[in-house]
Amino acid sequence: MSEYILNPNLFNDDVQQEPIRAGMGRGLKLAGEADSRVVALCADLTESTQIHLFKEAFPERFVQVGIAEQNLVAVASGMAQAGKIPFASSYAAFNPGRNWEQIKTTVALNEQPVKIIGGHAGVTVGPDGATHQMLEDIAIMRVLPNMVVVVPGDSLEAEKATMAIATNSKPSYIRVTRVKTPIISTPETPFEIGKAYVVREGSDVSLMGTGIMTYQMLAAANILATRGIHAEVVHVPTVKPLDEDTIIASARKTGRVVTGEEAQIAGGFGGAVSELLGEKMPTPIKRIGLEDRFGESGDPYELLDFFGLTGEHIANKVEKFVHSTPQYHREY
Amino acid sequence: MLEAAGSGHSAGSMGLADIFTVLYFNVMNHDPKNPEWEDRDVLFLSNGHTVPVQYAAMAEAGYFDKEELMTLRKLGSRLQGHPERVKLPGMESTSGPLGCGLSQAAGYAYTLQYMDDIKHRFAYVVMGDGELDEGNIWEAAMFAGKYKLSQLIAIVDRNNIQLDGNTEDIMPLEDLRAKWESFGWHVLEVDGHNVEGIIEAIDTAKAITSRPCVILAYTIPGKGVDFMEYDYKWHGISPNGDQARDALQKLQANDDMISSEDAK
Repeated sequence: MSEYILNPNLFNDDVQQEPIRAGMGRGLKLAGEADSRVVALCADLTESTQIHLFKEAFPERFVQVGIAEQNLVAVASGMAQAGKIPFASSYAAFNPGRNWEQIKTTVALNEQPVKIIGGHAGVTVGPDGATHQMLEDIAIMRVLPNMVVVVPGDSLEAEKATMAIATNSKPSYIRVTRVKTPIISTPETPFEIGKAYVVREGSDVSLMGTGIMTYQMLAAANILATRGIHAEVVHVPTVKPLDEDTIIASARKTGRVVTGEEAQIAGGFGGAVSELLGEKMPTPIKRIGLEDRFGESGDPYELLDFFGLTGEHIANKVEKFVHSTPQYHREY
Repeated sequence: MLEAAGSGHSAGSMGLADIFTVLYFNVMNHDPKNPEWEDRDVLFLSNGHTVPVQYAAMAEAGYFDKEELMTLRKLGSRLQGHPERVKLPGMESTSGPLGCGLSQAAGYAYTLQYMDDIKHRFAYVVMGDGELDEGNIWEAAMFAGKYKLSQLIAIVDRNNIQLDGNTEDIMPLEDLRAKWESFGWHVLEVDGHNVEGIIEAIDTAKAITSRPCVILAYTIPGKGVDFMEYDYKWHGISPNGDQARDALQKLQANDDMISSEDAK
C-alpha cells in the first residue's frame, strides 16, 4: 500500500490554497480527455461549479439543462443508458438536495454510472446562508444502495477523485466546496476510492476527518501535541464504501475516536463511523460537525469558527473528551 | 397475471394494450434475442405501474417465456411490481415514481441526435396522463423543445383517470394540446384503440425532423371489460378470481367477434 504524503508546506503561512471545486473541474476535463464517453450536464451554474473547463474543451459533450435539477439527473440517466458517463452538476443544496428521488430511482436503483457533483457544499459557502449551505448530503447519499460517496480533502485529491469516479462504472457522488482551503496533499499522494489514510500517527485518540475537516483535524493535532496529547489523524475521503479496516485498526490502537465533517453529525460521516464501530469495535466516540441546526450567513472562516470547526475549537473539544473518557481497549 | 399477483394496476395496463401491440409488433426495431442490439429503438415506460402490459408484450415478442408472467410481483421474480432495468433484459429503465421517464428518453434522444449522430434510431416514452401533474415532466418538455429532439416520440395515455379520481377533477390538464405546443412540441391526437391510427401517428412523428412529437392517445381505462371501463377505482387494483375469469371471457369474446368480422 502506498503511503499518504502530506504537503510538507502544510503548516507554513504560505501554504498553497485552492477551492476543492477547482480540482474537480480540472479532473473532469482530464477524465473527458481520457474517455470520449464522459459528458457533462449543468443546471445554470457552469462556471461556479467549474464545469466550464470541460465545456470549453468539449463543447459538443456539454449539455445545459437550465434550472431544473430533477430533469438534470434523469436526463443524465437516459444518457448513461445510451452509453455515456454523465457528470451532472449543480450545487449540493439542489443536487442531491432537490432531486434525491430521481437519483434513487433513475441512477442508484437503475445502476447507471451517473456522477452527481454537489458543489458549494457545507457552511463554507458562506454569505449565501442556510438555504445554500448543504449539510445533509453525506447522510442522504450514503444511505443509497449502489452509491459511492466521495468527499475530497483538497483540490488535488478532488482532481484524482473525479478521474477515479469517471472509471468506476458506478453511481457516484462527489462533494466539493467553494472557498479556498489549504492543499493537504501533493501531486504524488495516492487516492483510491474506498481507502482511508493515516496521515499522522498517534496513540491517545484518533481524529478522523472527511473533506476540508481533515486539515482542521491536523491543525487540532498540532495544538494537542503541545498539551501532551498524541492524536492520530485519519483522512477518510471516501465515506462510502467506508475503509473499515483502516478505521477499526486506528480505533483499536488509540481507544478513542473523534470524527469531523462540515455537515450534520446525524447520519453523515460521524454516523457512518459510529455505526461501524458500534457493531465491530465499540469505542468511545465524539462527532464534530453541525449539531442538529442549520447554518447562517457569514464569511466562510468566520462560520467555521462560529460552529466550532476550526483546529483550535476541535483541540479544546478533544482535550475535554480525552480527559473525561478512558481509553477503551478490547482484545479481538 | 394481475389476479395471480394479487395486486397491481389493471385499468391503465389494459387501456395501453393496443399501443404496446403497435410498439412491439409494428413500429419498434428490436430483437428479443439480443436486447442490447445497438440498432434498436428504445422504450422508456414512465408510468411504471402499467408495466404488466409491457411484460405481456415482451413475453409475446419472445423476451421470456409466458409462464414467467405468473411470477409478477412475487418474491424473486424478474417481473417486479414496477419495472427494474437491471433485473430484466430488454427493460430500458427502472421506473415507478412518476414524472422522470420523459427526461430519460430525452437524454437518450439527445445523445443520438447530438453526440453520436445516429439518425435511424428513436427513443419512445409512454407516460400516463395523471403523471403530467409532476413538475419534472414539464422540465423535460422544455428541454426537449429547446433542443428540438426529433428522435424523441412521447405517447401520453390520455385515459382521464388517476388514483384519486378523474384527472380533470384532481388537477385539470386541459388544454393539453396547447400546453405541449407552447413547449415547442408537435402534437398528434389519436384514438388509442385504433391500431392503424396509432401506427399512422407514429409514422408521422418519425417523419417530423424539426421538433419532438407527442401523441395524445385517448384510451379507455380497463378497455374491453365492461365492469372496469372508465372507472378510476380500477386504476390501482387487480381483479379477484371471479372477476379475472369474467374479464378474460369478455376479452376473448371481443377477440372472437373481431376474428369473425375479419373473416367476412
